[in-house]
Amino acid sequence: MNAFAAMPPKSFEVKPKLDESGSSIGELLEISMGPHHPSTHGVFRMDVVLDGEKVVKLKPVCGYLHRNHEKIGENISYLASMPYTDRLDYFCSMTNNWAYALTIEKLAGLAVPERAEYIRVIMAELTRLQNHTSLIGFFVHDMGALGTPLMYAFREREKILDLFEEVSGARMMCNYMRFGGVRVDVNDEWLARTKQLVANYGRFLDEFETFLNQNEILLARTQGVSPLTKEQAVNASLTGPLLRAAGVNYDVRKVDKYGIYSRFDFKVPLGEHGDLYDRYMMRVLEMRESIKILNQALRDIPGGPVMDPKAKLRGFRPKPGEVYGRIESPKGELGFYIISDGGPNPYRYRVRPPSFINITILEDMCLGHRVADVIVILGSVDIVLGEVDR
Amino acid sequence: MLGEQIIKGMAVTAKNFFGSYVSKDRLTTVQYPEEHLAQKENTRQFPFLVYDGEDWEKGLRCVACQICEKECPPKCIYIVKSKDKKPDYKGQLQVYPATFDIDISVCMSCQICVEVCPFESIKMDTKFELSTDDRFGGLLLTKDKLAKPNSYYQEMHPHDAAESDAVIAAEKAKAEAKAKAAAEAKIKADAEAKAKAAAAAATAPLAAPAPTTPPPPK
Repeated sequence: MNAFAAMPPKSFEVKPKLDESGSSIGELLEISMGPHHPSTHGVFRMDVVLDGEKVVKLKPVCGYLHRNHEKIGENISYLASMPYTDRLDYFCSMTNNWAYALTIEKLAGLAVPERAEYIRVIMAELTRLQNHTSLIGFFVHDMGALGTPLMYAFREREKILDLFEEVSGARMMCNYMRFGGVRVDVNDEWLARTKQLVANYGRFLDEFETFLNQNEILLARTQGVSPLTKEQAVNASLTGPLLRAAGVNYDVRKVDKYGIYSRFDFKVPLGEHGDLYDRYMMRVLEMRESIKILNQALRDIPGGPVMDPKAKLRGFRPKPGEVYGRIESPKGELGFYIISDGGPNPYRYRVRPPSFINITILEDMCLGHRVADVIVILGSVDIVLGEVDR
Repeated sequence: MLGEQIIKGMAVTAKNFFGSYVSKDRLTTVQYPEEHLAQKENTRQFPFLVYDGEDWEKGLRCVACQICEKECPPKCIYIVKSKDKKPDYKGQLQVYPATFDIDISVCMSCQICVEVCPFESIKMDTKFELSTDDRFGGLLLTKDKLAKPNSYYQEMHPHDAAESDAVIAAEKAKAEAKAKAAAEAKIKADAEAKAKAAAAAATAPLAAPAPTTPPPPK
């Protein structure tokens, strides 16, 4: 065997650029961006072929963070998969927990008490706030606004993580939801502090928007860059803010009305052009809507138990059957597909991760743009590699 | 005017910069090794085993039922049951863990073991500065390192500890009541048996006393 075959791929390669007749008219540069590069949001590699500074071909390569999540899920009990779902999209462990709990509740026919439903909505919307805030921080960081906006975003995110820690015991790996409710109840003091935070968050967003929204550099870098049409977005089965930025009105919170979302009054913001600026604004507007939902949920939260008394912690064996449960996670539609054969662990355990499906269209979005835009476009997709590779 | 919005943005950064001198809200950095944030009550890091009383070997609540070992998602708990038995807090004879190891380099701090434990014996610690240069045995905690007194737990998680103490007290009371009832029933049964024997003796005073043991075979 050739000893060189096992060597890693070259980080760059020069190829001839040919015209129609096949004669050489210049050179193409094939470079490998990542996997160890901060702009790729984790361990993600793009094989890019460049003509000068223009992208002529792009191949996303993922799998560097593969952890066998689905196979592990088939070999351990239903409950033990819950902390593993935290590690899918490690920015939004609460929504991951909810998606998994919702699926198993559907399978086992468990009812969730009122108070737990409200707590779940509060946690999910807080997660959406912190995910979008930090995403905007990373997004402008990718454009060269090094540090400052990211630090402002992280300052606000920390406050939400503090609230999570107080309730669940961990900042990011919350492991908070259970089949048939939530693990521990929240107290009045916590609710009062959350109200305070939500009231202050609008002010922070105002400041953040004055800081960035009309900034000339941001406008120049984002407006008209990598526009996605409705057809392209639907064909690639995109979900989440990326799809809505392209102008398709699809939000699982409105379509499925899972949990108690039918009770809240909120709008689904829609973009018009599907370019980077629309994707940026989509996050900002969604945060405003999340604040609306949070205000309503914090006002209406009833008392009562937080766990279904029928729910079993030890020896949980749902009846045989198959089920697909989905929620609108901050990144898109997060779904779990479970087949049960009546045993203590699932027969099949499958995750539909939003960020993995959203990056499938990366090449179409990047073709013809500059290499510096590729970084920003990847940032606007909002991927988390824990979820892409599972 | 071109650049107007950039200047507006700079006004925001200036506000944050000068604000950090006057407002605690804008300066949130904590100088970690010198300063520490107060820990939240629910914080969880790694599991430990609770014992009652003074002697950890006697007072360990764990009865080696191995539920936590089975439910642990990354399988970081290793338990070997003991051959002999010893009395637990209820006075019942129970097996105890001959070996109880937790590899905290594998543990993912999920608290599932705490939730599934029916004996209130495994709880979460809040210590987090555990780094070591011994990468083979340094993070493998054995039974003696895991055992912590109940007072330590009460200090760390006062609310949870009060709840778990209440559960244990209720179970103990139940066990004691049961034992008492059993003892009373025994006394009553003995008394009844005696009364019956006395009555039998009274009705047949001339009869020979009933042999308590079968007569030896001839």
